[in-house]
Amino acid sequence: MSLQLDFPAVLERWPSFLAGAVLTLELAAFATVLGALLGTLAAVGRGTHNALISGACKAYVETIRNTPLLVQIFLVYFGLASLGLKFSAFAVAVAALTINVGAYTAEIMRAGFEAIPRGQIEAAEGLALSRLQIYWHIILLPAVEKVYPALTSQFVLLMLASSVCSQISAEELTAVANYIQSDTYRAFETYIIVAVLYVILSLVMRAGFWGLGLVLFPRRRRLGTPL
Amino acid sequence: MGGHLNVNHLMFLGQGALWTIGLSVIALIGGGIVGFVIALARISPLKSVRLASAVYVQLVQGTPLLVILFLGYFGLAAIGLKVSPLVAASASLTLYVAAYLGEIWRGCIQSVPKPQWEAAEGLALTRTQRMIKVILPQAIRIATPPTVGFMVQIIKNTSLASVVGFVELMRSGQIVNNSLFEPFAIYAIIAVTYFAMCYPLSLFSQRLERRMGRGRSNLAPA
Repeated sequence: MSLQLDFPAVLERWPSFLAGAVLTLELAAFATVLGALLGTLAAVGRGTHNALISGACKAYVETIRNTPLLVQIFLVYFGLASLGLKFSAFAVAVAALTINVGAYTAEIMRAGFEAIPRGQIEAAEGLALSRLQIYWHIILLPAVEKVYPALTSQFVLLMLASSVCSQISAEELTAVANYIQSDTYRAFETYIIVAVLYVILSLVMRAGFWGLGLVLFPRRRRLGTPL
Repeated sequence: MGGHLNVNHLMFLGQGALWTIGLSVIALIGGGIVGFVIALARISPLKSVRLASAVYVQLVQGTPLLVILFLGYFGLAAIGLKVSPLVAASASLTLYVAAYLGEIWRGCIQSVPKPQWEAAEGLALTRTQRMIKVILPQAIRIATPPTVGFMVQIIKNTSLASVVGFVELMRSGQIVNNSLFEPFAIYAIIAVTYFAMCYPLSLFSQRLERRMGRGRSNLAPA
């Protein structure tokens, strides 16, 4: 039994691979932006004194963090369908990924909020900053700055996890691979190529976040803190 | 539309849940053994070993588990081995878990305070003795909470083994759904079952972390 690999037969499908990779990045981009918003809101909600709101936010975070993404995607997919709502596979995938990454973002942001020294907030109050100003300048921005590395690795993990969306026929990279391998009978070669593409995508995302960090946090850059 | 959910369906789901636990244990043990080797290789005095293990970790952590599962499933078949879904899933999960546990444990080994390493060296312990007698016992203490936390990830990730046809909880849910077609109810049951397996571990990990935090603050140098 010898292993024979025939990469050219699979590589000639490169336009499909490229389209799949682009869709994977689109999924990741939408879910990252929406999930960051949702997660930040959930982290703020969890810190409020209203027991109902903070309880609901805690329940959301714990439920999502303790169930598999695959189950969540199916629940969103069939849940929306049973309500009689029809969405594209892409929209369902974005919704499920957003709900998923929102919970992890909330935990990371909470750690960031807790790391803000109490004295900073008191000082801001002493300077008569409004509540909104305090939240934005003293709590939110420094918290994001502190947890930026953790946030970015979570978003890279999200991009990799989006491969699960192939199971509800969103046409991202893994779904493209499933299709090509069933068409060419060259499964091993196909998945090797796709694995390499994912490694490249994750390196590109890491580099992108690193560059974004340099732009967003000039203080970090000046102090030479690694991002 | 084959009637309603009955005891037989629930028994079948229960069996799937047991396989989920079984596969998780296999992945934890296999990934733990390989991961331990990776952790030691990452801090090896030999540059080539350090580099090779770092490349391994980067490659696995840059690839989705789903693709690794397909690679294991079709790769083992391509080299002429006829393997069951259980073997393919176990092998893939072992490689995947090893990369993550290896990185977690490397961090734990390296976070043992520097004076401990120096003192062990000052007592003329060999590298092996230093590791076994001084560093690892302390590293295990530090490593326990994140390892328990990662067990939650392992349990959740075994759900992906369903795509290579291994009948664990997720796959048994899909099979039951094929006969009943009540997806929302069935996947809700599946979700609750996963939650029941994972949440106690999450709580345990958090408690261990808090206890560690207390111990740490006492040990912290003035």
